Amino acid sequence: MHTVISVIGKDRVGILARVSGICAKHEVNVTDVTQSVTENLFAMIMLVDISKCDVPFSCFADELTEAGKEMGISIHTVHEDIYNSMHHI
Amino acid sequence: MINTDDILETIHMIDDENLDVRTITMGISLLDCIDSDVDKACDKIYDKICHYAGNLVKTGEDISKEYGIPIINKRVSVTPISMVAAACPGKNPVRFALALDRAAKTIGVNFIGGYSALVQKGFAPGDYAVIQSIPEALSRTDLVCSSVNVGTTKAGINMDAVAKMGHIVLDTAKATADRNCIGPAKLVVFCNAPEDNPFMAGAFQGPGEPDCEINVGVSGPGVVRAAIKKAGDCDIAEVANIVKKTAFKVTRMGQLVAQEASKRLCVPFGIVDLSLAPTPAVGDSVAHILEEMGLESCGAHGTTACLALLNDAVKKGGIMASSHVGGLSGAFIPVTEDAGMIDAARCGSLSITKLEAMTAVCSVGLDMIVIPGDVPPEIISAIIADEAAIGLVNSKTTAVRLIPAIGKKAGDELSFGGLLGGGPVMEVNRYSPLKFISRGGRFPAPLQSLKN
Repeated sequence: MHTVISVIGKDRVGILARVSGICAKHEVNVTDVTQSVTENLFAMIMLVDISKCDVPFSCFADELTEAGKEMGISIHTVHEDIYNSMHHI
Repeated sequence: MINTDDILETIHMIDDENLDVRTITMGISLLDCIDSDVDKACDKIYDKICHYAGNLVKTGEDISKEYGIPIINKRVSVTPISMVAAACPGKNPVRFALALDRAAKTIGVNFIGGYSALVQKGFAPGDYAVIQSIPEALSRTDLVCSSVNVGTTKAGINMDAVAKMGHIVLDTAKATADRNCIGPAKLVVFCNAPEDNPFMAGAFQGPGEPDCEINVGVSGPGVVRAAIKKAGDCDIAEVANIVKKTAFKVTRMGQLVAQEASKRLCVPFGIVDLSLAPTPAVGDSVAHILEEMGLESCGAHGTTACLALLNDAVKKGGIMASSHVGGLSGAFIPVTEDAGMIDAARCGSLSITKLEAMTAVCSVGLDMIVIPGDVPPEIISAIIADEAAIGLVNSKTTAVRLIPAIGKKAGDELSFGGLLGGGPVMEVNRYSPLKFISRGGRFPAPLQSLKN
């Protein structure tokens, strides 16, 4: 299952490392990443494959959300189908 | 392929513009629970609802988490109880309401609809007893919702039922006067009631529906308003296009949730209801969309035209996004549940007469309007008759959900809290329709040709 992790917030050192570290810890493979920093606003979209994830999806998503809170940024982890269905015919 | 703009737009819609799926409603037929022994029938009803919908709330929460979409309500609708109660003549049908309430609490849904009767042409066994018992049923339960269909375009209007419902609405308010008259907020009087409506208080599982199905109601007034605001000073055709595009996205989300819920619960997918359902939350108002189109306040001249455009564009945009559309589908205008409507009613811009005109072009009718507690039943009946006539002639669903505020007068406030909101008591025309309502009988079905 492909999942989109979106990270939005004030730029700081270590965001990418922290998020990808959590992915690696749970056997979640990162398949695509785009990121941009505009006027200090950091926006990263990460496409990951969670089919081999070693914890239930909700635990994985909660861990990322918690990490986001610690870093003062917003992290959403949701199934990619929501974006595909809303924006593509 | 990742498109950053699409993803950020969706996140912005959900986080800042109150985009959500308003309800996943499981429709359950109770026709196989009919039993001449009322205790056995109640046990069968309780068991069937708990068996079929036991995982509804958890499934809804799981989908919400995985897809990042808030799913506000998980609900159940059932076969009109009058059909079940018909087999138990002489028994108080409130026992069925208590069984429904118990089942709803066990499975954790926030409303259960179907304490209903379909009497557009006359009263069948069970109908009159259920209608008569509505005040007691709604005062003795917390989660049960009730509806009565008094007319259809094909059958005309049952004016005896209309006369009766004036008393029932008032008695239900009196029976719950100690709880802010909450009873009538859970009671809808319909003309042309849809059989697959997922929205409360009017949801029931029509007799033509399958044994069990999943119906989903979408929402998103805040998203539509934000899109129109962003477009700035465009012409009205562009406004309609923006609404269509937004409705498409919102409905696709609803379709995805409906299909996923259907798959996980092993229950057929019924319909997506393409609705703009407001809540009292800031930024979730249909009235504010109309104001964004260019009105100083909802209720101003031009409101009916703006609402007509909105209602039509929502359907045009949504219909391509879903494989099956049904229910009420359109813009809702419940006064106490919409922050903009509440403000407009308070400042005197929005009156019941204007709301009545608006119901001719929106998806439902006079919804969640608080009226003075001393309004006599025949006036409530006459409001129902007017509204039913609009539905009858225009071949559309109309409904009346009035809340007589016992002990309050026009200008006072009544508050329910939560999704039901609150608002000012609105005055009605006090000239008497008593003789008209007392005539009873059947209001003939309208001509369906010679449309000029």
